[in-house]
Amino acid sequence: MATTLKQLDYSVLQQCMHCGMCLPTCPTYVETKRERNSPRGRIALMRSIADGETQVTKSFGEEMYYCLGCLACVTACPAGVNYVELFETARADVERKGVLHTPQRGFWRWLTLEVLFMRPRLLRAVGMGLRWYQRSGVEKVVRGSGLLRLLPEGLRRLEPQTPVMSAVFSNGLIEEVEEPVGVRKYRVALLTGCVQDLAFAEVNRDTADVLLANGCEVVTPSVQPCCGSLHGHNGAPELAMELARRQLDLFEVESLDAIISNAGGCGSHLKHYGPLLKEDARYAERARLWDSKVRDVHEWLAEIGFRVPSAGCGVEEVTYHESCHLTHGQKVVAAPRLVLGSIPGLKVVELPESNWCCGSAGIYNITQPEQSAKLLKRKVEKIAETGVPVVATSNPGCHLQIAAELKADLGNKCKSVTQPVTLLAQAYRNERSGGVVNGEA
Amino acid sequence: MYEDFLSSIAGVVGADQVLTGDEDLVPYGFDGTAVLKQRPLCVVFPADSLQVSGCVKLAALHAVPVVARGSGTGLSGGSVPVEKSMVLVLTRLDKILEVDERNLTLRAQCGVITKEVDDAAGRFGLFYPPDPGSMKISTIGGNVAENSGGLRGLKYGVTRDYVMGLTVVLPDGRLVELGNKCVKDVAGYSMKDLFIGSEGTLGIITEVLLKLLPKPQARRTMLALYDSMEAAAETVSAIIAAKIIPCTLEFLDRMTVGCVEDYAKIGLPTDVEALLLIETDGHPVAVEDETVRMRDIALKFGAREVKVAVDEAEGARLASARRQAFSALARVKPTTILEDVTVPRSELARMVKFIRLTAERHRLLIGTFGHMGDGNLHPTFLTDERDIEEMHRVELALEEIVEETLAVGGTVTGEHGVGLAKKVFLKRQFSEASYELMREVKRALDPRGLLNPGKIFD
Repeated sequence: MATTLKQLDYSVLQQCMHCGMCLPTCPTYVETKRERNSPRGRIALMRSIADGETQVTKSFGEEMYYCLGCLACVTACPAGVNYVELFETARADVERKGVLHTPQRGFWRWLTLEVLFMRPRLLRAVGMGLRWYQRSGVEKVVRGSGLLRLLPEGLRRLEPQTPVMSAVFSNGLIEEVEEPVGVRKYRVALLTGCVQDLAFAEVNRDTADVLLANGCEVVTPSVQPCCGSLHGHNGAPELAMELARRQLDLFEVESLDAIISNAGGCGSHLKHYGPLLKEDARYAERARLWDSKVRDVHEWLAEIGFRVPSAGCGVEEVTYHESCHLTHGQKVVAAPRLVLGSIPGLKVVELPESNWCCGSAGIYNITQPEQSAKLLKRKVEKIAETGVPVVATSNPGCHLQIAAELKADLGNKCKSVTQPVTLLAQAYRNERSGGVVNGEA
Repeated sequence: MYEDFLSSIAGVVGADQVLTGDEDLVPYGFDGTAVLKQRPLCVVFPADSLQVSGCVKLAALHAVPVVARGSGTGLSGGSVPVEKSMVLVLTRLDKILEVDERNLTLRAQCGVITKEVDDAAGRFGLFYPPDPGSMKISTIGGNVAENSGGLRGLKYGVTRDYVMGLTVVLPDGRLVELGNKCVKDVAGYSMKDLFIGSEGTLGIITEVLLKLLPKPQARRTMLALYDSMEAAAETVSAIIAAKIIPCTLEFLDRMTVGCVEDYAKIGLPTDVEALLLIETDGHPVAVEDETVRMRDIALKFGAREVKVAVDEAEGARLASARRQAFSALARVKPTTILEDVTVPRSELARMVKFIRLTAERHRLLIGTFGHMGDGNLHPTFLTDERDIEEMHRVELALEEIVEETLAVGGTVTGEHGVGLAKKVFLKRQFSEASYELMREVKRALDPRGLLNPGKIFD
């Protein structure tokens, strides 16, 4: 892919005819009502750089990182502008020109993009360290001692948002190959993700269970590389390409019926290995094959006509928050609702503005805490409006973000965040134990 | 030389409401019109009528041109800045001030989004009939300044028909109030009408007083599918001749239907030559009667099939697909040049055919859709602005379409306004004396030509 705006296929920029249909769907434009904070404004800036009328400046870089990359504009755009390519190229250009560089930012980018998220074993090791810290009581002591005040302000603010590490990671919960009971109808791979693996390993277990319950043999390599979405979305396309190649090397793509992702943000990126590697002679074709097989788990369940459970899941009412990249990036809108709606005794209450970004947006809550907090507040207010005690979502970022705020929002009746796949897995489990029917625990 | 000016403007609106950086100005260099762009001197965000007045006074003092802007969805270049101008963005004037149920009026600041006007009326069982395709984005002030039309124009008319009063900042900065809540008012010149559709060249509209209507009790939507464009056009003429006035009678040609379906995926058939979207509203009995009669007419005039929407939700979905038609056409080629010619309804079939033949003759792609019921067509050139040779053919074809429009007694713009895009054609439509009259009005109100200069005429 192009790494500067000048290299970009110009017709992608031209595709925007600035009709403005994107404006009311853009969370940053709606906040500021300034054109530069809107999709068509950002595209105009990119185009003026491609045209050589303006330069990649610090101000341009800040604008590109003010954009959430939520892709609501992509859904709204009748002209079919490929905003994903524009946005990723623009951020890559910003990084290449180094206009936002500071030693501190450089360090964190190096640590996350080049070190941690390039080395899955190291990431898990850090996760284990964090798990020990959280579970041994040391965290409580540190928080109580006021030692955290020694941290730089940015980190101090983030500290409470540190995800709670799972007791066991995915590789401790899922065998490399698991066979369904009864007839094997499909062979699928399960992608365990990075944050999902560390913080929501049990959601991966739930996903495997749901797949098994629907006749899928599930292949789950115990050590998986990051899919590269973090890199692709943050201006590091070369690293994203490297990770895509590793992913393609790890799986026998040809023998699989589907490659299953259960994280909205990862899935959106995973479906675009083809365009990412289109200039790589060795991988281009395999990447296209890969793209054709990647499915979000809900999408896959709907496609194969999943089995409706006969038991309930122990929850009576749920509302559903759509992850941006699942709904706008992957256009998987109806399937998660179909999954939730299939569970006996579970009432699904529609969430107002369900597809409006919660502000998590990858690492946006770290890079743009103020705007992120505004969106999060708006989100939990809408959740409160439903009066429902449980909200389901399907992306670890949204899950963490919303859960942290609900915990702090004492007046909110909604106290619990879960994922649709978890509720379905629970219903299947309850079938076997003969326990819960029609939502009664 | 502009430093004094900029600091005095900052004194009126606050320093954070004045933008001058490259990254801030570039996105204000254009509106919804293709190809046209020009970077302004500064972009300013006043908060109320008084601040608008203050800004305009200072602009007059420093001889800085002023270009008013709402959401920038215009399609004739009306809010494209001129060189060294101050763009006054009016989106902060976004309050609905009053809904008067007893008089069926609504008063709003100019920056309110048009759909919010309709929604506010809806809460009182009323509605605001003009519904431009961009109503979810465009501002009511912009609609009044451009005298926008929309999908219900056939039965309900255009924006002008719903404006009862205006607050306007004149080119010297004075604030005037025009019109009132009286249904009948013949006191003096109809000054408010002068400013409706004046495209920011005579004054800046900061508040509007609108007429509302009771919400129709019932509505039915149907789709008629055709294998020939002429048959669709003849159906329209026949419906009008049968003395039925539906609220909406929209036309989409094959290419437009294909693009809309590609985007909206609502199940439109893509193998038709033309499609009519017909909507009727009013008393339930009348709606049923008209639905049946129009279906019969459509079938009689060659519709392959007529589908009646089962409920209001389906009807709304179909109508909303039509709103995306223009933008959806951009899927075919990178540059879309949208025209706005309007002809007497008796000439529709002829005009539609002429456009098709012109496209063939010049080897161009033209997607045509529009408000057939009111004669307003949107032939849309699908091209690439970098292809100079093709752009030349676009110009030739456009010339011919405009000439034909004027020859059959039509107008160069039905709802988008003249702006920059159509001013070369305006002269041809008017006689010398009537064209000069417009210029005299402009000179009388804005002798130094500081309000939106270069728009409508040079």
